[in-house]
Amino acid sequence: MSTHASTINGLTAAGDAPPSPSGSRLHVESATIGYDKRVISRELSVAIPDESFTVIVGPNACGKSTLLRGLSRLLKPSAGQVVLDGADINSFKTKEVARRVGLLPQTSIAPDGITVADLVARGRYPHQGFARQWTEADEQAVLRAMDQTAVTDLSGRLVDELSGGQRQRVWVAMALAQHTEILLLDEPTTFLDITHQIELMELFTDLHHVGHTLVAVLHDLNQAARYGTHLIAMKDGHVVAEGPPAEIVTADLVHEVFGLRCLVVPDPVAGTPSVVPLGRERPTAAPTTEPK
Amino acid sequence: MSARSGLDPHASSSRTAWSPGTRRVDFGRRVLVLRRRRVAVRFEWRSVIICSVLALAVACMAVLALMTGSYQLSPGQVVSALTGGTTGIVHDIVVEWRLPRVAAALVFGAALGVSGAVFQSTLRNPLADPGIIGFSQGSYTGALIVILLVNGTYWQLVGGALVGGIATAVAVYLLAYRRGVQGFRLIIVGIGISAMLGSINTWLILKADLDQAMAAATWGAGSLNGVSWPQVVIGGACIAVLLLLAAMSSRPMRQLELGDDAAAAQGVRVSATRLGLIVLGVALTATVTAASGPIAFISLVAPQIGRRLTRSAGITLAPAALVGALLCLAADYLAQHVAPTPLPVGIVTVMLGGGYLGWLLITEARRRL
Repeated sequence: MSTHASTINGLTAAGDAPPSPSGSRLHVESATIGYDKRVISRELSVAIPDESFTVIVGPNACGKSTLLRGLSRLLKPSAGQVVLDGADINSFKTKEVARRVGLLPQTSIAPDGITVADLVARGRYPHQGFARQWTEADEQAVLRAMDQTAVTDLSGRLVDELSGGQRQRVWVAMALAQHTEILLLDEPTTFLDITHQIELMELFTDLHHVGHTLVAVLHDLNQAARYGTHLIAMKDGHVVAEGPPAEIVTADLVHEVFGLRCLVVPDPVAGTPSVVPLGRERPTAAPTTEPK
Repeated sequence: MSARSGLDPHASSSRTAWSPGTRRVDFGRRVLVLRRRRVAVRFEWRSVIICSVLALAVACMAVLALMTGSYQLSPGQVVSALTGGTTGIVHDIVVEWRLPRVAAALVFGAALGVSGAVFQSTLRNPLADPGIIGFSQGSYTGALIVILLVNGTYWQLVGGALVGGIATAVAVYLLAYRRGVQGFRLIIVGIGISAMLGSINTWLILKADLDQAMAAATWGAGSLNGVSWPQVVIGGACIAVLLLLAAMSSRPMRQLELGDDAAAAQGVRVSATRLGLIVLGVALTATVTAASGPIAFISLVAPQIGRRLTRSAGITLAPAALVGALLCLAADYLAQHVAPTPLPVGIVTVMLGGGYLGWLLITEARRRL
């Protein structure tokens, strides 16, 4: 396990918990997870490598968001367990979990008339109490989270007035203000245009470099392969493959998981695997030659 | 929104040691930060000022209500009677006759305001109040059954109303329950059950003879006429405890406004918190209903007026309580002294509520179009 030396504003990521001997502070042990009586995943075992940028991919309804909800304790497994720092995640107090694992949910609601700073400050909740609602530490954490996500200039603006990309950065800032080492992201780029998607993915990469362990559910395979350091491919509630994207992303895997026929070529910029769908019209050119 | 001091770097003020190098968060509003030993709190200046003004208005309204009646008093007489400076007839008029009613209006109004605030915040809906989960119609059904079938005493009537209201609220909650309760489902089920109970109530009144129907209607309008010291003291004590609990739950409550997932991820126990808040809201309204019958609409209107005055993000409790107290005092004053014949306070608040709903419809329609 390596320790990242780089920091933003001279501060490293949060968290006092010691690194786990197994190399995974957060993992799922033969868990059955689902809603009511509808089981999504049975006997699921997955480990999130410490200090990785793990990306979960898979077709719709494959159980990737369900897995993320299990990891963040929003869903309690009906069998098996989710282990955080060596103990069942359900044995912790809720606020204690919230000081170790943060989550950016798929949908959140900004209360009417809330300003950016006020919303980011809501992320301090697990560190606060009835009489201690706004300490110097709270203030500094909020400033830092807004700096990291470049929303400091928007600080006093109403959240309702922001663009989609700005608003998503504010929600990320709120999750960062929570000051957790592990951060879960549920489809963080879904409703954004391509520019803002890339901007956000690079922000996540920066956070990964300052020592955060990130787990994201993404739809875009190419972004997953480019920015992720560890990929988990899921289908029908179980893990089909996991590992570094360069090792596991192949045309066969994409076909097995998504049922999509494709070519996998190196991304011309990053060199990571890049998926090019074949579609109905077969290309006449060979995959590696430049079309001319 | 106008006149926000968003770009003013000196907008935040703080009483802690303020070194020039320490950066402060710009909230876009002037904030008051107090940090002493174990206490560290932050208020928006606007809310502090609005709440102070509201508190002053409540005090003035209370003095005015204590002055007015068939025997007019001066403000000085009222104040000296309250502070124990006078004895005899003035003291009796103020402390024994008028004060119970004024205190009831103040405390019950505040309770209704907070009750509505808790519901609107928890269910994320500006039209929510305990009525929405069937409490009002249920308590009316309970009261009607006591009046018509048992021909019961006042206390049996109160008991019937409480049992009816709470049973309905519990039934609605359970019917809406599916792995926790979502606000929207609760509202839909509540509307359905309320409509059913409403038709049962109408049927019960049609079956009743005239005297019984009159008694039911008087109770159903909500009035502070019969309120005396024991009711105020018992009700007030219950309400004080409930308001304290509400103040302690206000942080998780406001966190819930961000959505269930976000709140849960930040360490709020969502289902338990929501259930606790709903019980709290129903208990506040039930206490008032027990003492005075249903006083409609204050719980609906007060939180929204408070929010618009303070321009706070989401619903806050203190302004809702103060606006509730002011509205209830003013409505009772109008009902007693301004209306051509003395009316139950509930009639005046219903008119207030009608105006509010109309205004809400117009502004919401304008915003959406």
